[in-house]
Amino acid sequence: MLEALYRTARALPLGRAPASDPARSGIVIQPAGAEARFALRVRDAGASAAGLPLDGPINSVRGNDRRWIARLGPDEWLIGSDESEADHLPSAIAADLGERAHSIVDVSHRNVGIDVSGPLAAVALNAGCPLDLGDAAFPPGSATRTLLGKAEIVLIRHPGGAPRYRVECWRSFATYVHALLAEAAIGAGSTEQAVRR
Amino acid sequence: MLLIACPYCGNRPETEFRCGGQAHIARPTDPGALSDEQWAQHLFVRSNPRGVHAERWNHVHGCGRWFNARRDTVSDRFIETYKMGETPKSQDSNSTLSTSTQAEARA
Repeated sequence: MLEALYRTARALPLGRAPASDPARSGIVIQPAGAEARFALRVRDAGASAAGLPLDGPINSVRGNDRRWIARLGPDEWLIGSDESEADHLPSAIAADLGERAHSIVDVSHRNVGIDVSGPLAAVALNAGCPLDLGDAAFPPGSATRTLLGKAEIVLIRHPGGAPRYRVECWRSFATYVHALLAEAAIGAGSTEQAVRR
Repeated sequence: MLLIACPYCGNRPETEFRCGGQAHIARPTDPGALSDEQWAQHLFVRSNPRGVHAERWNHVHGCGRWFNARRDTVSDRFIETYKMGETPKSQDSNSTLSTSTQAEARA
């Protein structure tokens, strides 16, 4: 049963049958638009900085699609925001943190975002990611650094009922990560057919 | 899949971790006073027990934190993980504490 669930389709030399087209498998994979991103490191952070909450639990994300902050470790955060905010956000955070020693680094050009959504999104992600992505273990609002295949990613599950994930990877891994997800979506599509049958 | 209980993140797959060798090795307070033999002993000689071993691990593809673990080298079972600077709760070699799942660690 497990083999059937996680079987990824072979890459067929003549292309795939129309029935396993990713567009019909219920998984939408699309590159995210340009965004500003910052890596924040600070020990003994306060409750918030520049309106971004810093007191959330480890491996959680707060905020909305346009302005989010993910806590990746006890003293590490990844912040995403509109590009229009990129110029003044670091100084606003620095002003709120005051005397506390911290580092905020602009990683906008390092990170590439890929949005993965749809009912079978978790199946596609699990083709390369060993995490338990069930609702109990990885509920909406979770965010963590993990692996997808050979690449390190930050996986964010946006708040909300429908599964919507954001995969953040490094620029040079982006084509690999995107291709891996696209191929996994083909396999996930055939999984769905196997379940229906 | 082997799960390792990160003290910060809960149970996570082994591939996210990296082992950092034997734990609890105290650096000599005055290295200059040691003989070459004693210094070499400190630098290079490690225990390699058949059984429970205290090791340092790094959750490198996760929260990035170092922590300590007691692992049985025969069965590869992780008996306990604990943060840096803490002392292990279990000392006897055959006690196996139940580790939480990824879901329980969030609760």
